[in-house]
Amino acid sequence: MKDVFVSSSPHIHSPEDIPWIMRQVVYALMPGALVGVYFFGLPALSVIAVSMISCVAVEALWQKGMRTKVQVGDWSAALTGLLLAMNLPAGCPWWMVAIGSAVAIVFGKQVYGGIGSNPFNPALVARVFLLISFPVAMTTWPRPRPFFEQAADAVTGATPLGALKTAIFEHHTITAAPRLDLMDPFLGNIGGSLGEISALAIILGGLYLIIRRIITWHTPVAFLGTVAVFTGILWKINPDLYAPPAFHLVTGGLMLGAFFMATDYVTTPISLKGKAVFGIGCGLITVIIRIWGGYPEGVAFSILIMNALVPLINRATQPRRFGAST
Amino acid sequence: MSPFKGGVHPPEEKALVRDRAIEDFPLGARYSVPVQQHLGAPARAIVKAGDAVRKGQALSEPQGYVSVPVHAPTSGTVKGVAKVVHPVTGLLSPGVIIEADGKDEWAEGLPLRRDPFAMDKGELLEAIRGAGIVGMGGATFPTHVKLNPPEGKTIGTLIINGVECEPYLSSDHRLMVEEPERVLKGIQVAMRVLGLDRAVLAIEANKPDAIRVMREKAPGEITVSPLSVKYPQGSEKQLIKALTGREVPSGGLPMDVGTVVQNCGTCAAIWDACSAGVPLIERITSVTGRGVRNPKNIRVRVGTLLRDVIDFCGGLDGAAKIIFGGPMMGIAQFTQDIPVMKGTSGILVLTEKDADIGGYSPCISCGRCVEACPMGLIPSTLSRLGERDLWQAARKSGLTDCMECGCCTYVCPARRPIVHFIRHLKALSRSAGSKQAKGA
Repeated sequence: MKDVFVSSSPHIHSPEDIPWIMRQVVYALMPGALVGVYFFGLPALSVIAVSMISCVAVEALWQKGMRTKVQVGDWSAALTGLLLAMNLPAGCPWWMVAIGSAVAIVFGKQVYGGIGSNPFNPALVARVFLLISFPVAMTTWPRPRPFFEQAADAVTGATPLGALKTAIFEHHTITAAPRLDLMDPFLGNIGGSLGEISALAIILGGLYLIIRRIITWHTPVAFLGTVAVFTGILWKINPDLYAPPAFHLVTGGLMLGAFFMATDYVTTPISLKGKAVFGIGCGLITVIIRIWGGYPEGVAFSILIMNALVPLINRATQPRRFGAST
Repeated sequence: MSPFKGGVHPPEEKALVRDRAIEDFPLGARYSVPVQQHLGAPARAIVKAGDAVRKGQALSEPQGYVSVPVHAPTSGTVKGVAKVVHPVTGLLSPGVIIEADGKDEWAEGLPLRRDPFAMDKGELLEAIRGAGIVGMGGATFPTHVKLNPPEGKTIGTLIINGVECEPYLSSDHRLMVEEPERVLKGIQVAMRVLGLDRAVLAIEANKPDAIRVMREKAPGEITVSPLSVKYPQGSEKQLIKALTGREVPSGGLPMDVGTVVQNCGTCAAIWDACSAGVPLIERITSVTGRGVRNPKNIRVRVGTLLRDVIDFCGGLDGAAKIIFGGPMMGIAQFTQDIPVMKGTSGILVLTEKDADIGGYSPCISCGRCVEACPMGLIPSTLSRLGERDLWQAARKSGLTDCMECGCCTYVCPARRPIVHFIRHLKALSRSAGSKQAKGA
């Protein structure tokens, strides 16, 4: 008999391995990324390319330097790069994107031991790092323009959430903010990070992930539902001070966060119950920051804060064991 | 029908042998019969080199209650009691080597003719034990023990397991289609032993011909119950849950919820033992997988060497893994010099592509194993504890509830050998336990 393999059962595996899963998420991000490129032009494409290439390169260099196996073939670094790019303004200079990528891979992931070990979402760690380090560049939002009408002189403007915050600061009422047709943020015709502007595109990608069983509906439904209910209550109390839930749902990074960042496997709870708790927590913190915080947007912070609570949530939401006495 | 939580849907792969009629494996020249073919107290060989034995003659003597004998698969001469590789443990263990004389003569008085329905419970249990019958689904727990629950345990339901949820395997399927009477009569004997007037025969819905045949032939007191296709539907606890809605408590046995589960092949063996005094010396097994040239279902004597079985099925072709049992819970073998056992429900030869051999990477906490675990455990945590030998923590995380069904490992996208880590933890826990016992 020629050599045979001997190992512990089971002897067969589902074909859905890590590279496959990561690629599915990359595919699911494509609609959102394409909308970004459509409205922000080649700079958006450049941010995406620099971010993905930098993340893969930094991870490969780190792993070579650490004399561990180079595992960029698992697509995880590429996905982190794409997610980071989706969270950046299209006008970000390339070097800032590269620094963000290095922070994501090194301080977001590798210092903890690499894939599977990081407590915080690497792309969000980098985004918050850049926001604190380069506050002006990170809040300079190019105005969206259809791809074939792109001009060299990028005009900038506020995001809907930014305009809302300004109106409340200056006039103590949201009615002072410019009127917003909600179809614009739904389709992507607003200022914002290059991958977050179209709620529709993100939802399409999210549905793809749910249908492919890469993620479950629990996190996004809990996250979005909490935001809708919380902002809905506030809006009912005082519509002059608080924007309607539909506005909150389609603006900012909420959709991107709910479908793609709060569903990151490594940094979120493992059980369905835990995922729902995580989503609710994210929703609450997002609304608190948006309404009462200094920043117009709170999705990234909410997810990072909830990331820190994952071990506790996991402990509190263990599945019921078969044959348990309760 | 209340389903069970978790489980997976691996490709069924039954088409390779599902429709192939059982072939009788020809008489061989040499047999190797391990003395230990049951779960429980060991048995002791009672023959020695040079002894003439005849088919069906006991070769060993049980030591204790949870123990059964093994029997000569054919007539011939004992060449010795040697240390042979045990296909389940992988260790060397005593086995009786028999050189066949080609006459295949029955032992004195066998087969006899008697009516099991005129025998009482004690006589039937003795016949079953004497015939060396063990659970033939693979667990090999002595059947007479299962059929004789201790005082205070009331059994209300007898469940017959014809689920055969392991991919590739079709031995129970073929048995039910081709020899339904043996199974049904055996079920009736088991009912008699337990003092029950009804039984449920569970068959996964992917075996419509078996369901049809059984429904045609089954007497009124045996209900044929088709179950949805999901692995591990045939696991005792999940089967009970699906059929009765009751959960066997953690650390408990089926009898704690008033049920006894018997494999359908075991029932056929019960019939042979009680009606004809014929011991368990042969079984039906599927030889299948893309790594063997001519997959077949065979009726083969216990003790037949794997090498001979493979030859009979056209030899190997691109074999990467040879497994006793199915792909989810079967045991990979490192040699062909091992015998077919009482619990060998299948011999599976996987190609490298089907076996998907490769390394693993760190856990990414995707939660797929948690969703798949039919016992409600968190396999990812157990696997991480396994990497660090933390068996005490693992015990608190339900280590002993794990039945090693393999669902977690099947779905793991990092290809982590989770079940292997769990076995490692169980071994550490056991050895620490026995050290403690010695020290006390």
